Amino acid sequence: MEQQLPLFPESASTVAPQVDALFFVWSAVSIFFTILIAALIVYFMARYRRRSVDEVGLPERAPAWLEIGWSVIPLVIMLAMFFWGTRVFFDIYRAPKTAVEYWTVGKQWMWKFQHPDGHREINTLHVPIGVPVRLHIQSEDVIHSVYIPAFRVKQDAVPGRETSVFFQATKPGTYHLFCAEYCGGEHSKMIGSVIAMEPEQYEAWLAGGPAGKTMVASGADLFQSLACYTCHRPAGTIGAATAAARAPQLEGLYGNQVRLMDGRTLVADDNYIRESILNPAAKIVTGWQPIMPTYQGQVSEEQLAQLVAYVRSLSSGAPAGTAPAAPTPPVAPAAPAPAQTEGQ
Amino acid sequence: MKDRDAMNTTRAVEPDLIPPDDMIDRPNYLNTEYGLKSWLLTRDHKRIAILYLISVTVFFALGSLFALLIRLELLTPEGDLMQPDTYNRVFTMHGVVMVFFFLIPAIPAVLGNFLVPLMIGAKDLAFPKLNLASWYVYNLGGLFTLWAIVNGGVDTGWTFYTPLSTHYSNSYVIATGIGVFINGFSSIFTGLNFIVTIHRMRAPGLTWFRLPLFIWSHYATSLIIVLGTPVIAITLLLVVAERVLHLGIFDPRLGGDPILYQHLFWFYSHPAVYIMILPAMGVISELVAAFARKRVFGYRIVAFASIGIAVLGFLVWGHHMFVSGQSLYASTIFSILSMLVAVPSAIKVFNWTATLYEGSVSYETPMLYALGFIGLFTLGGLTGTMIATLGIDVHLHDTYFIVAHFHYIMVGGTIMAYLGGLHYWWPKISGRLYPGFLSRLSALLVFVGFNLTFFPQFVLGYLGMPRRYWSYPPEFQVLNVLSTAGASILGVGYLLPLFYFAWSIRYGRRASENPWGAVGLEWDTTSPPPTENFHTIPVVTREPYDYTSEEVHRRTTQEEPVVYQLD
Amino acid sequence: MSTSLTDTHAAAGHHHPSLQHQFDSLEQQKESSTLGMWLFLVTEIMFFGGLFLAYVIYRSRYPSAFMAASHTLDWKLGAANTAVLILSSLTMALAIWAAQVNKPKLIGVFLLVTMALGLTFLGVKTIEYKDKFTHHHVPGPNFQWHERSDPNDPDFADHTEIFFSLYFIMTGLHAIHMICGIGVLGALVVLSRKGRYGPEYHNPLECTGLYWHFVDIVWIFLFPLLYLLGAHAK
Repeated sequence: MEQQLPLFPESASTVAPQVDALFFVWSAVSIFFTILIAALIVYFMARYRRRSVDEVGLPERAPAWLEIGWSVIPLVIMLAMFFWGTRVFFDIYRAPKTAVEYWTVGKQWMWKFQHPDGHREINTLHVPIGVPVRLHIQSEDVIHSVYIPAFRVKQDAVPGRETSVFFQATKPGTYHLFCAEYCGGEHSKMIGSVIAMEPEQYEAWLAGGPAGKTMVASGADLFQSLACYTCHRPAGTIGAATAAARAPQLEGLYGNQVRLMDGRTLVADDNYIRESILNPAAKIVTGWQPIMPTYQGQVSEEQLAQLVAYVRSLSSGAPAGTAPAAPTPPVAPAAPAPAQTEGQ
Repeated sequence: MKDRDAMNTTRAVEPDLIPPDDMIDRPNYLNTEYGLKSWLLTRDHKRIAILYLISVTVFFALGSLFALLIRLELLTPEGDLMQPDTYNRVFTMHGVVMVFFFLIPAIPAVLGNFLVPLMIGAKDLAFPKLNLASWYVYNLGGLFTLWAIVNGGVDTGWTFYTPLSTHYSNSYVIATGIGVFINGFSSIFTGLNFIVTIHRMRAPGLTWFRLPLFIWSHYATSLIIVLGTPVIAITLLLVVAERVLHLGIFDPRLGGDPILYQHLFWFYSHPAVYIMILPAMGVISELVAAFARKRVFGYRIVAFASIGIAVLGFLVWGHHMFVSGQSLYASTIFSILSMLVAVPSAIKVFNWTATLYEGSVSYETPMLYALGFIGLFTLGGLTGTMIATLGIDVHLHDTYFIVAHFHYIMVGGTIMAYLGGLHYWWPKISGRLYPGFLSRLSALLVFVGFNLTFFPQFVLGYLGMPRRYWSYPPEFQVLNVLSTAGASILGVGYLLPLFYFAWSIRYGRRASENPWGAVGLEWDTTSPPPTENFHTIPVVTREPYDYTSEEVHRRTTQEEPVVYQLD
Repeated sequence: MSTSLTDTHAAAGHHHPSLQHQFDSLEQQKESSTLGMWLFLVTEIMFFGGLFLAYVIYRSRYPSAFMAASHTLDWKLGAANTAVLILSSLTMALAIWAAQVNKPKLIGVFLLVTMALGLTFLGVKTIEYKDKFTHHHVPGPNFQWHERSDPNDPDFADHTEIFFSLYFIMTGLHAIHMICGIGVLGALVVLSRKGRYGPEYHNPLECTGLYWHFVDIVWIFLFPLLYLLGAHAK
């Protein structure tokens, strides 16, 4: 995929060669007929060009089979392609009984994946090659669409119902994963990758994955999976400090003074962050709209602790990657108050 | 007129085609009344066509501006020209403006309005006031949409898919929805007017199978408009109501079904594609016949093909939903029906090509557009059947392949035909001729620029680049740069006619009744026609496109209008 | 369609005052406007058709919620309104009859009665709507559902809200059509007073009649679909 001008997409699933064969035959038919028509037009234009101003065409004289012929030939071609195409289609969607079940949930603007063993991933999906995979697809908000071009598969994620798609990777590699159904704001950033691995490597990866996760790392994952970053954009990303951001940046927040809408100031400590997650409207930093939904009931206590740990880790003074500290706020350092938390 | 030598040169570009001075003072629809009021309150279908011409040109310019912004953003893989929210609004407004305010009204409301009464020998459409009302309604809908654009636009995509449009979007969905809703009524008024006019107002002797194919295709189009547009109207009304009142009709959290929205939307919006392309096919039939001086091959079959496309077009909407999770068997049925609807289209292409055989083919500007249309429409139609093939569509759905395909149909098809038609009938509309070289150049630029813009997008789509992406992986850049380069050529091709048409109104040579030597009732009256179209009501005794009979032969090579007499 | 070779200007001498310039004869004008009205009604059928489709889908999906919600409507008021509308269709037809037999005064009388019946319908509808407001059965943020529920349907209240959404949109659009119709009838009353309609020319009456009957027919479909689900079985 390093080519400057690729003309063929990667082909890495069992159905991809079938789809390609269908595509190339159809393309050949299309090009043939387009060139045929173009050639006939050019030939007729030259052969029957008007030679005098009062010349008119000859009356129509054509055998009856001609009209019938060019009605029936396209019909036959299309019926043939229809049957072929439908067979491929059913191959794409009909998963074999032995297929291994994976799950994904799309939400604005990320993909959450879950492996059969409960292992979770965000925006990246590791799959073993040679194993039929049935991917169950759901959406939390609007319609999205799982699209893996190298596998030639696509399936919409429709809120309120479950859909599924089937594929079997044939070649190890890292492939694009796109959201194909326009889903608002950062549709074009709702992308990721599918990493196809040899089964042994996949097993090794699974074994190494979930162990040893720190609170901060778990909090960072939660920050991702709850899509906090869509409003609290990470520093340095596009629009983090502009009107496109809908909420304050969290880098450098912890331990510093913030001014609230009602004029009070307070130091952003553990309790403040905790309260802001559970009851966001209580203490709004001046300059921001009270648009954050409550996460009361949506995050467990353990997860809450992980989130607070993560936010704390974003400030330079605090030690990162440690277990949750005692809920006593450190003394506010004399660091300059970050301007971006003061609004636009 | 009286000078035989001058008459023999029937080409618009010939310099010695200046009719005698008495033409200048002949009363016509343009000079009977003057002043803004005489235009804004006119009931003359020809003047309303001019009003529409101005309106759709404004919206076309606006839609093109958005297209320009899209192509500029996509020059580089990173989204660096604008914010993603801005880009989303830009492509949505491009779609909304182009589909609802340009492509759907362009040919019927401009060329159709002008020509339907002329071609059937009527004094006006059946309901002139309704016709004028349709223009006002169109502009009212346009104003709502413009208001939304000025305030920041809408970011749902022109398809307004729920629940994004009803609950998640933070943009002006309501104003845009109301704009499109209102605009639908202007379509309905026009379609209804055409059907009644074609049924009840034909000149004596003008039987159904003596009608020009332009009329047949407009009849078929009108049927679609009348049957389809109300469905999009109620659908958008439901979207607006759901957004305003927080209803749950399409909201899965409240028990609604977003897929129902897609069914309702495409039930109109797929036939709407045929609203765009059928009138274009009618124009092409006229152009091919006129510039081959030959009856369109298989006239009746081409006429029935229009009706067939209109009917079948209502049964294929589900092919937009192959990956939406609808039943695989429903998809199978929609796939086969979609392929069937391609058959009448294929027949038309073969018949146009066959019309050239043993014709007397000239290469005037309108003919260049027409031949360009046939080529582009062939490729657009064939790629359409490719994506109607289930196995391929799973991969290509919502990629640039789709974008390329429907631009081949809508831009390569409808706009080519619209421009070809404007060039063909411009002498009749304005009474003036335009420069031959520049107009041929514009046809060439449009053809070349178009292919350079959209052919790379077929490849992009096959590679897997999804549509509506503000940024994209770097390996897609070369093809996107090609596409943007083509778009700039295309833009020049579109700007040229604007200038020389405007120029011709003031400085162009005066056109004769029949500058192309074509048959058809519209060429039997003066250029521009009088307010009531004909000085004497024509009586038709001949088959359409009858270039071979002695009388017609004589008539096409002289300029004095011949009034048909009853035998 | 006229087959006579009429010169545009020569024929102007004996034109009926109501004949518009684009037509050759009153007959052609009448055929055209009647066809136009039928086509308009076709668009109306498609317009309401989308709503009926949505209704059918959701009713088959949530039958018990739809039935429970339907029970909160007063079928007696609905039935009364049905009778009122059917009666108004009769008086509308009688107005056309009066024109055909050349009784100009009766035209106005029947039109006024038709209008009065239409207004009665709208009055009853207002009472019903008001009742919905007081019971918080108007869909939207203030919607509440405290009546029966169904253990098999955990989102029962949401599904009754869909019923009420469709109820208000369908009957609301129908009421808007009634209001438009009453406006047109008012204009016809004025024109009939001026003596514009008689046996030779009364096409506007006929076209308005077609429209009025159509609006009635829509109601005749709406009434059982919305009011009579489960025939109010207890």
